[in-house]
Amino acid sequence: MSVKEKIDKIKNLESSLNAMLSSSEGTDVIFNVKKIELEINELRKDALSNLTAWDKVLLARDTNRPTTLEYIAMIFDDFIELHGDRYFGDDASIVGGIASIGGINVTVIGHQKGRTTEDNIKRNFGMPNPEGYRKAQRLMKQAEKFSRPIITFVDTPGAFPGVGAEERGQASAIASILMEMSMLKVPIYAIVTGEGGSGGALALSFANKVAMLENSTYSILSPEGFATILWKDSKRAAEAAEIMKLTADDLYELGVIEEIIKEPLGGAGEHKRVTANEIKKSIEKFLQDNKNMHGRYARQLRYGKFRKLGSFQRFNYREL
Amino acid sequence: MNNIHDTFKKRKTQLNRIKNICRPINRKFKVEIPEGLYDRCPVCEKTNHVQELIDNLFVCSRCNNHLRLRSYDRVSIIADKNSFVERGRGFITTNPLEIDGYEDKVDALKENTGLEEAYIYGYAEILGEPCVLGVMDSYFLMGSMGSVVGEKVTESFEYAIQQKLPIILFTASGGARMQEGILSLMQMAKTSGEVARFSKKGGLYITFLTNPTTGGVSASFAMLGDIQLAEPNALIGFAGPRVIEQTINQKLPEGFQKSEFLLEKGFVDAIVDRKDQRDFLKRILVMHKRGASNER
Ligand SMILES: [Zn+2]
Repeated sequence: MSVKEKIDKIKNLESSLNAMLSSSEGTDVIFNVKKIELEINELRKDALSNLTAWDKVLLARDTNRPTTLEYIAMIFDDFIELHGDRYFGDDASIVGGIASIGGINVTVIGHQKGRTTEDNIKRNFGMPNPEGYRKAQRLMKQAEKFSRPIITFVDTPGAFPGVGAEERGQASAIASILMEMSMLKVPIYAIVTGEGGSGGALALSFANKVAMLENSTYSILSPEGFATILWKDSKRAAEAAEIMKLTADDLYELGVIEEIIKEPLGGAGEHKRVTANEIKKSIEKFLQDNKNMHGRYARQLRYGKFRKLGSFQRFNYREL
Repeated sequence: MNNIHDTFKKRKTQLNRIKNICRPINRKFKVEIPEGLYDRCPVCEKTNHVQELIDNLFVCSRCNNHLRLRSYDRVSIIADKNSFVERGRGFITTNPLEIDGYEDKVDALKENTGLEEAYIYGYAEILGEPCVLGVMDSYFLMGSMGSVVGEKVTESFEYAIQQKLPIILFTASGGARMQEGILSLMQMAKTSGEVARFSKKGGLYITFLTNPTTGGVSASFAMLGDIQLAEPNALIGFAGPRVIEQTINQKLPEGFQKSEFLLEKGFVDAIVDRKDQRDFLKRILVMHKRGASNER
């Protein structure tokens, strides 16, 4: 049984439990209620304690998970969305603006997926075009000007591979935001909430601190793409997911991220408020920790962290 | 039939070996090119004699197609004779995802190409003008950027800062190296951040985009030059053409994502033929020397 099926089964049991509780008043149902409650708990534990990497890939893509705008509404006291890159247009697959949280003003930027098919077409399934990154970069420069920390929400399959995207310089737009982020004199906190897909995700994640929700993923390309290149067979995606080191635990171990934000049993999609609250606590802590951080220091620490990332050995000729 | 096949295979190995040791400018020793050794142009299908190719800097004499170059060949075409001093050797590629056969593949490539990885850099002079010269090699796992390439690219900028020299990078890469997973992706951030530091110090960075430059390399340091040059007809873009065709479900127009297309769209400053590159680079270097008129 896949995680999705297990969750569906839990949901079914829960609704039958509710039906039972509301319809009958007799004491004879108590035994049945207890039995179903036990079964639900067992299933929950089983469904979410032994997740494989591939389970997490599917969970991360679950359309029921909160989108960036939903998180923003649940986490921040106030939010004003700002639109457009000032050159070409407004890319709806990246949203951003100014927000306040516990009396601190911040700039918030994130990938935006849709809920309905129609909405998803408008949001391009969370796959940005160059103007999305240029909007993000503009808002980041603005944050720096007004000394606002930056919070980003990362949830994208990747940058959009389209004709228009190439014509308007997708590569150049991503390169440019990476270069800019490395120099920003405000602290940046990136939270991967769903799919962290390749360069398109990295472009919002060059941050002082990167956290991942427990069931999110962050990878160089999709497991399907990985399997296609490595074994010429996209059907071996599940197998690829296991070796790619794309789960929060793997990335924490590699030193790519600094925190794993727990999701309640059932995942972020089932418990939106609780998850949002966990994220909120983490953001508040980050803002508190970095409250008096000097701008130059924020920049230095951020780049210093990425400068060290990589895996290789080295020998010195002179020592031989 | 089998015999012909064997002969062909032998010719091919011979050809590769000779291509390997031919350094058109810095040739340390003379190579005998056997009669009848040809290489076919992948664009117009003309069979060029190898000697003719070498004399012509590996450019097809019929269609001006700029054939892909190995990195040491590139150095010998661009740098003054004996001026190149390679730096940053001594790296060993590791296998962080423990992918079967990855280390063997890298070892075999090391042996065949004489390279340590898909990127080399060092001190060089171009018509007397000193600079740091970095070159990617698309024959080494498609010039993909893993941890070693990312580290060496970053180091070449650090070296240029330290020596107060301009830097010229010839890019040729299919993107980030999949076999090293997320750590390859992180090299995009690392290299872009180092370009920013170099740039802030006032250094001149010239990128020379060659065939192909795509993916995580084009979306990081390759697109961040103060001056962006390209070889003719090179494939330059973010997504590979096949991925785009699958996404939009139709064939891409002729010339899409080629140098000339990028020039038209405003992402390249100039396209320069191989035979003119040394001269062109020298002129740029000279114009960025701090003369009396723009002394700060
Ligand atoms: Zn030709």
